[in-house]
Amino acid sequence: MNAEPAHSAAPSHGFLRRRVFTTEHRALAVLYLLIGLAAVIVGTLLSLVIRIHRVWPTVPFPLYGILRPEDYLAVVTMHGTLMVFFVLTVVPQSAFPNLVLAEQIGTRRMAFPRLNATAFWITLASFLALLAAFFVPQGAPISGWTSYPPFSAIAATGPGQGAGMDCWLASIALFCIAAVASSANFLATIVARRGPGMTFGRLPLTVWSWLTSSALTVIAFSALFGAALMLFADRHFGTSFFIPAGEVINGIARSGGASGSPMLWLHLFWFFGHPEVYISILPGMGLASALLANFTRRPVLGYRFMVIATLMIGFLGLGVWGHHMFVSGMNPYAGTAFGLTTIAIAVPSSAEVLTWLAMLFRGRLRLSTPMLFTLGFISFFISGGLTGPILAQPALDAYLHNTFFVVAHFHLVMAMAGVFSLFAGIYYWYPLLTGRLMNEMLGKAHFWISLIGAYGTFFPMHLAGLAGEPRHYAQLAGPVESFPSLIPVERGITFAALTLAAAQLIFLFNVFRSARHGDRAGENPWRATTHEWSPDLHPITRGEPYVYGPYPGGTKDFLPQWELAAPATSAQPYPSGAKPE
Amino acid sequence: MNWLPPNGALHGIGFDDLLRWNLDTIFWLFVASQILIVLALLLSGLRRRPAPVPGPVRARSFVAFLFTSLLPLLAITGLYIAMVVTSHHLWAVSREQASARHAVQVEVTGVQFAWYFRYPGRDGIYGRLVPDLINAPAGNPLGLDPTDPHSRDDIVSPVLVLPAGRPVDLRLRAQDVIHGFFIPGMRLKQDAIPGMIGHLQFTPEVPGVYPILCTQVCGLGHARMQARLRVVTPSEFQQWLAAREGFALSTPIAEVPAQSAMEERP
Repeated sequence: MNAEPAHSAAPSHGFLRRRVFTTEHRALAVLYLLIGLAAVIVGTLLSLVIRIHRVWPTVPFPLYGILRPEDYLAVVTMHGTLMVFFVLTVVPQSAFPNLVLAEQIGTRRMAFPRLNATAFWITLASFLALLAAFFVPQGAPISGWTSYPPFSAIAATGPGQGAGMDCWLASIALFCIAAVASSANFLATIVARRGPGMTFGRLPLTVWSWLTSSALTVIAFSALFGAALMLFADRHFGTSFFIPAGEVINGIARSGGASGSPMLWLHLFWFFGHPEVYISILPGMGLASALLANFTRRPVLGYRFMVIATLMIGFLGLGVWGHHMFVSGMNPYAGTAFGLTTIAIAVPSSAEVLTWLAMLFRGRLRLSTPMLFTLGFISFFISGGLTGPILAQPALDAYLHNTFFVVAHFHLVMAMAGVFSLFAGIYYWYPLLTGRLMNEMLGKAHFWISLIGAYGTFFPMHLAGLAGEPRHYAQLAGPVESFPSLIPVERGITFAALTLAAAQLIFLFNVFRSARHGDRAGENPWRATTHEWSPDLHPITRGEPYVYGPYPGGTKDFLPQWELAAPATSAQPYPSGAKPE
Repeated sequence: MNWLPPNGALHGIGFDDLLRWNLDTIFWLFVASQILIVLALLLSGLRRRPAPVPGPVRARSFVAFLFTSLLPLLAITGLYIAMVVTSHHLWAVSREQASARHAVQVEVTGVQFAWYFRYPGRDGIYGRLVPDLINAPAGNPLGLDPTDPHSRDDIVSPVLVLPAGRPVDLRLRAQDVIHGFFIPGMRLKQDAIPGMIGHLQFTPEVPGVYPILCTQVCGLGHARMQARLRVVTPSEFQQWLAAREGFALSTPIAEVPAQSAMEERP
């Protein structure tokens, strides 16, 4: 193409050039969304295998047969890894910023487009490496998405811990590189490529979220990358970072090697693992504030307050990882300290929740599908978040750790809140990609069935957890029969999970059907104020991000960032003292 | 709360009280928050369309800010602090202090996929363990060194037997991978980590049988890595000890489940 400059500017590039092998960020967003879609389909099917096996352990699966315990653990491990990395990280932290971040700050070009594109291709390689684990001898790894050594460090500890574990490690290492590269691009873009007039004080809250989550990504994934390399070295180069002396597997003593400690992995992994939770949820929090403003037609309450809360969550999020290790045998005083930092992070989170709740009472709610999913996000963020302060107490965690209470907690606050905000974003930004709106009727059906299915799935898990039911049990049986009373609960959870999964078929149908048959969206279908809806390719930012509601001198109920307020009050859109918060 | 298994430990009473007020509090906060969301939907439905001639949006008054944001946030922060403070006492007495001098000493070893419990015997000293001597089928799952005089009276049992009413000091270790030692009925959990010795103190109060589970995924047999704790009267405990002391190495351990170390690999 370079040899023919006459053609390079024309839209006659092939489909592959325009949509796949490109550095154009919106095309990359679509590619990331496709990875997320593939991952969420596989991850959801795996979760159904989990649910069905727990209730009907002797029923054979078609094309496979009866699940062995190691198969069950492999399914759990792959479900967790796919969902955490390739859905809850790739979509909010890679696809969405590629979709709108540059536009929202008034530019059409990222700081490092080629680095950005490279990150996508590494992510794809990482995804394929992970899926390859299903097909290597002995199958996928079984040590859970946290892969604690020595279980993950020595192939003899179980099936899947050989080649399957190597696939997992390769996938994670690649993912770290991609995540750091794309986040470095986002950071540089936000800092250096803001369009004219786009001061930090005018950044949309989604951009503040991506600024925070990208900084967290660079820090957290770097730690995970180091840990993954060290684990790889332990497995193949005879090092002993995570393997203690005197290790005996299967009655056979491991010879040689210095004495390392599995605790090092726990620290490194959770130093990544906890910020990871905020990486996947902070974009959703920013989006919730923006959508609440839009669908109540009122400004975000306390913009500055929300920015500070977001930054504080990011900062404190780096110092709470030890709450995953209260019962690991870590120094009990460290447990006390991490309990305090964890309670501290609950304060800015609660501040954001209270702000959202207050915003709900400010104006008429327009209950379009994106708004419904935002309300669902808030509901799950609260119901999952409230168990946080319980689990932050080492004394209580000493019973609840690794029970289904924790499974309920993180599935509500990270998975359901996270996924509902992803749905909100997809319904909201869909017109940017297709020029059409998604079907509202189908969207509402999708929302209500998902909401009921999600609560039906994850709320009863609290009860199973209180009864002491541990995670990663292939079935509720064994020498100790303390679980029979839980079987009805488990059955109910499975039915709810099947409902939840079935509702997603409505979404898939809607996504593909609306691309052809949806209502035409027009230029700014949500009458939104941020630049991704601006008709101008290089807009000048003239005001704050969320000016909604009747404003002085205006004839409509919103003032986009690219428009000047009415002449009479152009210098300052609000009379002094009457500025909405 | 009724979902919790019956409590048998001294600290479990305090634990259950703590958990109850925590759960009650967050449950009502949860209900209140969801009611607020639904209420917002209902109120919005009742609200008339905005006036056609736009008037200025009134800024939120300080009073509104005080009552809708600041005071609730302060109240919730106070609640969080209360939660941490009340539960810290339990953590401090159970984890942040050394065990009682007269505590019953038992060593817990996690192995794929069984728990072994070792009592130091009459001499009160655990015998030496040698990894190369580990041979579960031959009755030496921990690798006790027969040449060490301290190991002769050690008792290795697949069942954890403890006397009611006496403090216990468990010494936690693992041979191969990380295992999670969990006795729901004793409100007790800590990981057994290879290469580390952990300590766990508690006082069983109510005689009975309590399940012991593994709560850290450890391999294909994770779900069946279960054992039992039998809390007995002090005199029964003495009889149980007396019947076993001195015979640990000469008699094979009859009660070791046959599957424990042999059927892992297909």
